[in-house]
Amino acid sequence: MTINTEMKVRVAKITPVADKVKRFRFERTDGQPMPVFSGGAHIIVSMRDGQVLRRNPYSLMSAPGDTSGYEISVLRVENSRGGSAFLHEKLKEGDTLVLSQPVNLFPFDHRGKKHIMMAGGIGITPFMAMMEQMELEGRAFELHYAVRTRSHGAYWKELQQRYGAHRIKIYCDAEKLFIPVDAILENQPLGTHLYVCGPAGMISGVLGKARTHGWPKENLHSEEFLAPPPGKAFQVKLARANRTIDVASHQSILEAVEAAGIDAPYLCRGGACGQCETAVVSCDGELEHNDHFLEPDEKASGKKIMICVSRIKGNAVTLDL
Amino acid sequence: MLVAGIKSRPVYGGLSVDPNARRHLFALEGEGALALTEEAARSGADFLKNADILYVASGSRAADHDKALTALGADTFWLSPTVPVLLNRLNVMLGQAKMGTRLYVAVTEGFIGQAMQVALNHGIDHASIRCEHRGSAARRVQCVHCKGVTDNVTTSPYVCTHCGLSLLVRDHYSRRIGAFQGVNIDAEEPGTAPQPEELFP
Amino acid sequence: MNINFRNETFRDDYTFRNSPETIRRFPFPFHEDKYMYSVNMEPHVPAGPAGHAYNNPIDVDEHYVAEMRDRALVLKEDPLRYQALPHMMAAQWDTLELLMESQAAAYPEHFSLTKDGDRWHWVNRPLGIDQTFTFGDASTLPMEPLEFITRQAQGDFCIVDQRDGNLWMDAGMVTTQADWSLDFDVGMNFFEWHGPVPLAHEIGVFERALKFLLNLQQGKPVRRLNWTMTINPRLDTSPENYHKWGPDRATVTPENVGDKVHLRCELQSLWRLPRSNAILFVIRCYLIKMEELVTIPKWGRRFHRVLRDLPPELIDYKGLTRYRPATVEWLSKFDDGKPTTPGIYPD
Repeated sequence: MTINTEMKVRVAKITPVADKVKRFRFERTDGQPMPVFSGGAHIIVSMRDGQVLRRNPYSLMSAPGDTSGYEISVLRVENSRGGSAFLHEKLKEGDTLVLSQPVNLFPFDHRGKKHIMMAGGIGITPFMAMMEQMELEGRAFELHYAVRTRSHGAYWKELQQRYGAHRIKIYCDAEKLFIPVDAILENQPLGTHLYVCGPAGMISGVLGKARTHGWPKENLHSEEFLAPPPGKAFQVKLARANRTIDVASHQSILEAVEAAGIDAPYLCRGGACGQCETAVVSCDGELEHNDHFLEPDEKASGKKIMICVSRIKGNAVTLDL
Repeated sequence: MLVAGIKSRPVYGGLSVDPNARRHLFALEGEGALALTEEAARSGADFLKNADILYVASGSRAADHDKALTALGADTFWLSPTVPVLLNRLNVMLGQAKMGTRLYVAVTEGFIGQAMQVALNHGIDHASIRCEHRGSAARRVQCVHCKGVTDNVTTSPYVCTHCGLSLLVRDHYSRRIGAFQGVNIDAEEPGTAPQPEELFP
Repeated sequence: MNINFRNETFRDDYTFRNSPETIRRFPFPFHEDKYMYSVNMEPHVPAGPAGHAYNNPIDVDEHYVAEMRDRALVLKEDPLRYQALPHMMAAQWDTLELLMESQAAAYPEHFSLTKDGDRWHWVNRPLGIDQTFTFGDASTLPMEPLEFITRQAQGDFCIVDQRDGNLWMDAGMVTTQADWSLDFDVGMNFFEWHGPVPLAHEIGVFERALKFLLNLQQGKPVRRLNWTMTINPRLDTSPENYHKWGPDRATVTPENVGDKVHLRCELQSLWRLPRSNAILFVIRCYLIKMEELVTIPKWGRRFHRVLRDLPPELIDYKGLTRYRPATVEWLSKFDDGKPTTPGIYPD
């Protein structure tokens, strides 16, 4: 017995907001309210692109209490696997899509005395919902937002207008302005929490600096959705279903399994939540772990794989599916 | 009711210094002084120039640990007359402290529990506080019935100093209260409590 | 559905009884003739025969008014049974919304909720409460939102915060508990508050349960059943009052088993809360006397077998040592050795 909680939505509005960034507004086709969510949550958008079913995670950026619709912003990625290209170039207002319920893998710590957010580029989106919620709840926060150029940076003007330039600080690569991470980390009151969302290099750089400033790991939070990296094609043998399927070079194992009509559990599709952890029965080749979830010893054991982002280098892998 | 093997028993990782911390704040009681002097001998004394030490001698006045601590030459050293006075100063100092300040606490479980309570109220996550427990295993116990707390309990059962019930000391520990749990041992047949056993000397 | 609320007590003269209809709707916790811990979670969707406790997500039954009266008495004696750490306010509102909406949707004769933006109007007819308030503004309610609504909902309520890959018991209303103290456990993580439970840690039950719960999704609540036994229909079997109810365990005789010994079932439902990302644990307690239980022949047979074959650690942990032999002996008269059908529902 399962509850089908997926929501059918109509694309209510598509708005270009900056270079290569578009905002999409979704409203339910059945007229029901959207569920309230918590700042930092994402949804999985299911897109029917010709013969291919694409499912990608996007952070919700609209106000968490606004049940009239959900909004996401999508960056058109250069070497897109298809999701962002489909949303930017094929999707039209009035089209229908399916959304999952919101899931939050990037919540803010409600105990925090103060919240500092650092965003790089499109990493701004979860913070927009978070700031709405923090403002409503009367929490102390500030945002440091790095953009390539002023025209690449989405929403910075609106955010400064809404929350004030004293809380919203913009740093523009083109103007040789960078987030002064060290200075920001220097004098924060005890009980401050730090949140980072952006490119992988930015996240590891900021978190590394925070550790050298003596910030405990309990106060550090980050979110990075991994797109499943491509690789060579291989075969997956499904031990329980007693079937063999092919994983193409630009496909994840999870996508190949779904395309074969087999249900596998997932929540984030980005290597973070642990929901799609699958037991490896045997492997003719080498496991390529790309997730943030498994511990190093679990990766080394060769007994588990996160099928949303990880793959193998070799011929075939047999999974307990 | 089982006594052993309960998972809320805290594990104390020891007083190892965080080399990244910008400021080190030590709240030490009694033989907790040794935890710091030994760590300084082990890890080098560099961190002491950014260290504040709050110390209360409690039961080990005769050992003159305060002299050894003074000799370390930390940025500040302060000798407190009593535990409550120390906790009050700790509270004010944490209110002024910045991120990058690491808190260290030693030595009895009762003292660690109380200092941790102060720190939790400042939004510090308990897992980021470094604690060391040594010396007496005496426990701070809360009677679950009258909520009275008794310090330095060394036996189980013990008689609650507040309500007089005979209490089994469970290995169930509350960080928020800073105490173990005491539950009436002969509730089902009053008057049948076994003789106290010295379990936490 | 119109419910006839019973006027009864869970203390002193113990006038609590189940009507025949309520016996049949009892969430009997054993799906087979033996028992061991497991992560026995299933989707919390309407299920069971008509009238069963599983029919509605938040169940209200004939004991509602009396249970709420008993809760008020417990809180009067000991306000520490309700606690909420300061960072749990968003989760408090989440819980109030969930309980008001669920009760109003399932029992419109007894509860109603009307909303005009943030301005909410709540009517609870059985308890005579009519409250208009502003959602999100605690100063428009006579008490904190969690206390307000959980004085009007059957069962204990714990809200756990999710952080650092663990769950933290940071708020609750607990007056009908099976021997654990909210006041003591507030602030503990999932492993710590389950610390006193024997056996389950060793077989990895809590690791698996925690992993499951950390990914619990909005809109997909789950449930499980847990159980223990209680002498006399006493809701408040708290450790705080153990010295008051503990002596009852020594009063069981072969003659009074049917009336005095109760199976105590907890229907636990777990809900991901939307604003706070916290999880609400609803721990709803159902009591049934042995003489009521055996009116369902399948349950009489099965409970006899479960109790007879229970591992010693569980007998000790659940506090059954003193009266289990007399109860097994009494139940044996209702076990003719015939096989039982699978599942928890009456035949």
